[in-house]
Amino acid sequence: MPEVMKNTNIDSLKSMPDKRGHFGNYGGRFVSETLMGPLEELEQAYKKYINDPDFIAEYEHDLKHFVGRPSPLYHAKRWSEELGGAQVYLKREDLNHTGAHKVNNTVGQALLAKRMGKRRVIAETGAGQHGVASATVAARYGMECVVYMGAEDIKRQAINVYRMKLLGATVVSVEAGSKTLKDALNEAMRDWVTNVDDTFYIIGTVAGPHPYPAMVRDFNAVVGREARQQCQEQAGRLPDLLVACVGGGSNAIGLFHPFLDDKDVALYGVEAAGDGIETGRHAAPLNAGKPGVLHGNRTYLMEDKYGQIIETHSISAGLDYPGVGPEHSWLKDVGRANYVSVTDVEALKAFHDLTRIEGIIPALESSHALAYTAKLAPEMDKDAIIITNLSGRGDKDIHTVAALEGITV
Amino acid sequence: MSRIKACFSVLKESHKKALIPFITAGDPAPDLTVDLMHELVAAGADIIELGVPFSDPMADGPVIQRASERALAQGTNTDDVFNIVEEFRTKNDSTPVILMGYLNPIEVMGYQHFAEKAVKAGVDGLIIVDLPPEEADELTAVIKPLDLDHIFLISPTTHGVRLDKISEVASGFLYYVSLKGVTGSNQLDIGAVSEKLAEIRSKADLPVGVGFGIRDAQTAEAVGRVSDAVVVGSALVERIAEHAGNNEKMKKEISSFIGSLRTALDSI
Repeated sequence: MPEVMKNTNIDSLKSMPDKRGHFGNYGGRFVSETLMGPLEELEQAYKKYINDPDFIAEYEHDLKHFVGRPSPLYHAKRWSEELGGAQVYLKREDLNHTGAHKVNNTVGQALLAKRMGKRRVIAETGAGQHGVASATVAARYGMECVVYMGAEDIKRQAINVYRMKLLGATVVSVEAGSKTLKDALNEAMRDWVTNVDDTFYIIGTVAGPHPYPAMVRDFNAVVGREARQQCQEQAGRLPDLLVACVGGGSNAIGLFHPFLDDKDVALYGVEAAGDGIETGRHAAPLNAGKPGVLHGNRTYLMEDKYGQIIETHSISAGLDYPGVGPEHSWLKDVGRANYVSVTDVEALKAFHDLTRIEGIIPALESSHALAYTAKLAPEMDKDAIIITNLSGRGDKDIHTVAALEGITV
Repeated sequence: MSRIKACFSVLKESHKKALIPFITAGDPAPDLTVDLMHELVAAGADIIELGVPFSDPMADGPVIQRASERALAQGTNTDDVFNIVEEFRTKNDSTPVILMGYLNPIEVMGYQHFAEKAVKAGVDGLIIVDLPPEEADELTAVIKPLDLDHIFLISPTTHGVRLDKISEVASGFLYYVSLKGVTGSNQLDIGAVSEKLAEIRSKADLPVGVGFGIRDAQTAEAVGRVSDAVVVGSALVERIAEHAGNNEKMKKEISSFIGSLRTALDSI
């Protein structure tokens, strides 16, 4: 039994959440009364279909033939050599259709929406990756799709906005609040409350009210299941350490979850330190925030002393979120996972290093995981194994990186 | 007897309906709110619902969201809200004041601390939009001994077991959200409201107020015919926003608006 489990009363760290959607003190269902009924309906449908062989067969079929799974586990030999320590393996979620892990979840939720008889799906998006993944599955399954996106993010991510429109989705610009991801989420919730009879809300991360954190995790856990098996096949054993970036935390929990009870596998979630934790301009609630309630769940948040949510900063739009999935908050408190952070500058260096040394352009989100990998690997033995989640590809970030370097593309 | 209970029992004796206007504390400016509250009472309000501004008001439509943003931009914080109520109480000791808001500003202060400050300021009840009864035990345990009423929302999708649970834990009155959607929505269906209210009344003894979708004297009267109380929010906040910058005109406008609702309710 892992040491940390002395802090809990459960048999397996994989058995959370409890019946009410709580991960220890975190998670739950903090929503307006109007959403309680629809969330119960969703929970029942989810519980029913996640154990339904037909549903699982359809989900796995589409992961294989539409998404292109399994994604490779790639031994980055040149980069490992350069770092001079542990062997780094990259879980290549960047090779998925639409370019990131997000599609694992949107395929699952869209299939669930179909089974529930909903003809319309809505989604919130920050960088646009989840919006694109939602628009993609809506096209694939013939459903209407509306994506809510902060006005600021729409400016930063013009290409993804156009991709969503090409896929037939309506993109709604959100002008409220800080005009970023959290405001898009508020607006999508409002749409759902109003149109709940025919509409399914595809949340893109492991946050939100129960059952979303558990459901989104389960649809992303294919990442960790594959990685676990691939590592055993390629290296003959389990890895020593996993690294993944954490915004809301869906790619991290997807990788971590199948390993939670493997006590010898260390887990590292990497938050965005932006300009540096000490500057206050960051997006690292697990490192510098405290527990509170936002977007339907109790979790670590970035807030002021009166509980108002404060603006975040990260070079990566996908990590620019003031909360984090409640399961991460719990894993932090029970000591099973370590949550660390890297700055914009460190992430950019990793972006360039991987691109030049391995010929893989990583997303800026994933570059945070790579940057921390580069800190850990040199301290480890040459036969140690790290699996780092390369959660998405960097094509969408080319303009951001070029602009930072004063280049007009 | 709590102010809310006393208020409803007086109204019941005189066969009147409660009129409950909503404004956001600090909108358009913190030093105007107390004046506006007195103005509302003079125009016929029975209970005042005071919004505690929050950065992420997920259950509110654009009108009340913007009121929250205006209040926060003026630096309104939770202590200011308590000060507003305390000042209001120096001239009015009978009109119940209910705070309506979201959980996080309460969590950050701590339940006990928040509740004690609220009572000390003269607050009578709390409506916490994102705290359903399933998550509310801890807060209920704190506020009950302090005689703060815990008012819960009921929606068109609240059925059976949950309605029982809400009736069991709620105090003061029950607040029926008359339609799906956020605050400030349209399309009020009086037939459906009336049916749901009958179901609620079969389970609970508390007075039932209805909010969401009440825009004018006509809708207030229609809702008043089937309920014990009528809550008006967005339609009032819209008028405050429209006349921000001209305080006298604003007070006149909201006074005549609330007066028209009072007249309509008293005609029932």
